[in-house]
Amino acid sequence: MSSLFRSEEMCLVQLFFQTESAHNCISELGHLGLVQFKDLNPGVAAFQRRFVKEVKKCEEMERILRYLEKEMVKSNIVIAATKEKEMVPCARDVLEFESTFEKLEQELREINRNHAALRQNLIELMDIDSLLRMTEDFFEEAESLLTYSEPPSEDSVSMTVSSHITSRRNSNSSTSGALHLSFIAGVIKQDRFPAFEKVLWRLFHGNFVLRHAEMQATEELQALRGAVKKDVFIIFVQGDHVREKIRKVCEGFRASLYSCPKTLYERKQMSNSVMTQMQDLRMILRRTEEYRAGVLTRAAEHVQEWSSKVKKMKAIYYTLNLCNIDITQKLIVAEIWCPVSDLTLVQSALIKGSEQSGSSVTPVLNRIQTQQTPPTFNRTNTFTEGFQAIIDAYGVGTYQEINPAPYTIVTFPFLFAVMFGDCGHGLVMTLFAVWVTSQAESLRKWKNELTDVVIGGRYIILLMGMFSIYTGLIYNDCFSKSFNIFGSSWSVRPMFHPHGPWQNETLHEYHHLQLNPFVPGVYSGDPYVFGIDPVWNIASNKLSFLNSFKMKMSVILGVSHMLFGVALSLVNFVHFRKFQDIFLQFVPQLIFMLSLFGYLIFLILYKWCITLRSEMAPSILLLFINMMLFDYQSEHVLLYRGQKGVQIFLVLTAVLMVPVLLLVKPFLIYRTRMKTRHQVFGNNLNDQHGTDTRSSFSQHQKDEMVSMGDIFVYQAIHTIEFCLGCISNTASYLRLWALSLAHAGLSCRSTCTVFGNNLNDQHGTDTRSSFSQHQKDEMVSMGDIFVYQAIHTIEFCLGCISNTASYLRLWALSLAHAELSEVLWRMVLQVGLKISSGMGSLMLVVLFAAFAVLTVTVLLIMEGLSAFLHALRLHWVEFQNKFYEGSGYKFTPLSFDSLLKTQH
Amino acid sequence: MPSLLFCGPKLAACGIVLSIWGVIMLSMLGIFFSAKSAVLIEDVPFTEEDIRDDKNPPQTIYGLYNQVGINCFIAASIYVGVGALSLCQVRLNKRQEYMVT
Repeated sequence: MSSLFRSEEMCLVQLFFQTESAHNCISELGHLGLVQFKDLNPGVAAFQRRFVKEVKKCEEMERILRYLEKEMVKSNIVIAATKEKEMVPCARDVLEFESTFEKLEQELREINRNHAALRQNLIELMDIDSLLRMTEDFFEEAESLLTYSEPPSEDSVSMTVSSHITSRRNSNSSTSGALHLSFIAGVIKQDRFPAFEKVLWRLFHGNFVLRHAEMQATEELQALRGAVKKDVFIIFVQGDHVREKIRKVCEGFRASLYSCPKTLYERKQMSNSVMTQMQDLRMILRRTEEYRAGVLTRAAEHVQEWSSKVKKMKAIYYTLNLCNIDITQKLIVAEIWCPVSDLTLVQSALIKGSEQSGSSVTPVLNRIQTQQTPPTFNRTNTFTEGFQAIIDAYGVGTYQEINPAPYTIVTFPFLFAVMFGDCGHGLVMTLFAVWVTSQAESLRKWKNELTDVVIGGRYIILLMGMFSIYTGLIYNDCFSKSFNIFGSSWSVRPMFHPHGPWQNETLHEYHHLQLNPFVPGVYSGDPYVFGIDPVWNIASNKLSFLNSFKMKMSVILGVSHMLFGVALSLVNFVHFRKFQDIFLQFVPQLIFMLSLFGYLIFLILYKWCITLRSEMAPSILLLFINMMLFDYQSEHVLLYRGQKGVQIFLVLTAVLMVPVLLLVKPFLIYRTRMKTRHQVFGNNLNDQHGTDTRSSFSQHQKDEMVSMGDIFVYQAIHTIEFCLGCISNTASYLRLWALSLAHAGLSCRSTCTVFGNNLNDQHGTDTRSSFSQHQKDEMVSMGDIFVYQAIHTIEFCLGCISNTASYLRLWALSLAHAELSEVLWRMVLQVGLKISSGMGSLMLVVLFAAFAVLTVTVLLIMEGLSAFLHALRLHWVEFQNKFYEGSGYKFTPLSFDSLLKTQH
Repeated sequence: MPSLLFCGPKLAACGIVLSIWGVIMLSMLGIFFSAKSAVLIEDVPFTEEDIRDDKNPPQTIYGLYNQVGINCFIAASIYVGVGALSLCQVRLNKRQEYMVT
């Protein structure tokens, strides 16, 4: 029976199937997602496993697929979505995929390499082209300088001229022509140019002419090269020896140098050839890109399908690594954990798998009994998996232990809502949760960790919002204002003359006036129908009423929650058949809690129900403290007749339960052990004579001596703990001290066992040493049991008090939320409302926006997170430590769906 | 004509949510102020003189209530405008998305 009440019953099953059908069978099981494979080769290292090569091949294929996907994204090629169910991958697919992928990868890499080289060529040619165009102007200018010695005409080109050079040039103007000057032309990055110029100047002392111009950045150039600006430069110098130096400088500055022909005619020729070369290159580049796009598009149709197949294959090989392959290499043995109710499904999946592979032998299922603890499996649906997740975050339940999840679905949002209680905020939260739930699939694509958390918890947030609306209606609090739906039970008018004592002057004299419910008409006699009366919202002593109410409510809720937890432990005991524990643990715990805290709840409810004069009403806290301290003086007011007797009886009962919890169970275990030991002892005494008996006997005495010391230790703990009373802080300190004492006791015992061991080794017979081994085991466990029981009892008793006080955080947080909400209204929105002129509406618009933003960030997100955390802590610690062990491990089946979902 | 788009998709979506909330909450506040609800007494800007010098109580206070209520309604209508503007921005953003791809 599958339900959330308890984790599912699991069985260990042995599978036998043939090696040929292994792939298909495991693939079918993976699609089913209901079995967990056990590791049958735990001692083998990862690289020694049988199928490690295949796993490596799969990983290599995954790498290639990732590279392909990246290339596709870069070229803006759309990756087609997968069709529904792909065929089952089998062993020879591995080889086929391997070769396909390798070929694809090589092809793609080669294309990319060629493409890059072609681009580089094109860039160079474009540089040369612009260089040639620009240097035309320079050459003309140089010739004009030589022949006409006129200042250069204004061009659109920027020039750097030194007057020194011009004068020199002029001196040489008559005889030298352009042929005497040699030049170097090239392209350099614009931001490097000033430094370049400086270096040249320092080297050659101005014995050169340097012209440079910025290259026009065409669209094409920008697309190829990016936004880098480059300058064309040309240097005219005399002498070849200088050219070498300049060449070296240019290399240092990473300027690319191009040879430029000297005559105009040659330059024109070169320009034409460069043009044709560029055209060719452009065509080749286009063709290359088209080819690449074609290859990628063809691959894009299949890439999703391939990648999911590769993932499945890797999972299958990983699973095969976990199985045993027998000697004949024909049979594979696997051990799986699977839920008992799904055995038939597993069987049919296996039969389907073996049929697909065409093998003649059907796989064999063999259910085996085992002492190992199975994993914990709770079958959840989309709604319950959020709540199960927050339980599992604290600790996965022990196998077949009761599951707190179904109760958490109600109690967790409820405790949150008690701390959050505001209709307006609850409404905003509910609407947000409804939106997230409806958009869950499209929001998952954002792949942000935070959004994943919110999406996973969308049903929790929805319930929290709905419950908050409910508690908001009870607290009658909506953005810190109350609703008067049913008509308030309090009326102010009857307080005035002639009904009541107030006059007109009373209003002028006093700032605060108190409504007297005994004046007829002020209080209608019936309380407000649902929730807190709206009149409290405008009362100035609102907090003293609400605090008392909320504190008492928190204590009531807390004690009920804890009693429920104790009751759940009863269910666990019945299921695991620990009937002794029911009487030794459940009943004393229940009596302790009921007699102290159940009585506290009774006092609260009784005081609420009876009519009292408020001046004479006793405080419940004082009553409780006096009860614990047995303080009954005559002037103290009691709530009912016979209260003294009842209280004394209850306290004594509670106190009596403590030694019951502490001592009875260990004592019973001790007695049963003594009985068995006497039998064994008697046998041994018959077998051996002489000195051996004495040594065993002294061993026995030492054992008893150690136990007595134990009893004294925890006796001391217990007495002191009781005397110091019920205040939670002191109690927490004591818990630390008691636990450290218990730890000291445990270490003391372990040294004694070592001592005992040495004593045994000095005598030599096997039977004796085995006997003392048995004794040693007993000795250790006996002490362990006493210490464990002591810790458990102290934790429970002190825990009760501190946990009840812990539930007061319900009150504290709800007060904080209400106050924050009121402060936000008063400081932000009221400022806008109080402006009565026309400007008031504009201010209101702005201030409302601020109010909304602050409400969402501070009140919803911050307070919401805080209340969430505190409700979670109350569940994890105060509720679950009454019954939950949480020492299991989670069931992780082989499931292709979750594999593919997590990867994408 | 230069683009009328001045905020991104997320800001426009926030604007729509804020406007819807503003319209609903401010109009409800306006209704409650016009109904002279007692719970909202502290939000009404009255002074001591208003109470003492009132010839015809409680008409001054009622008048103030009405004023604040009208302010709320005006603010709600301004939020309708803000909402319409945000809606335009959302539509323009969507259109731009289509054009780029």
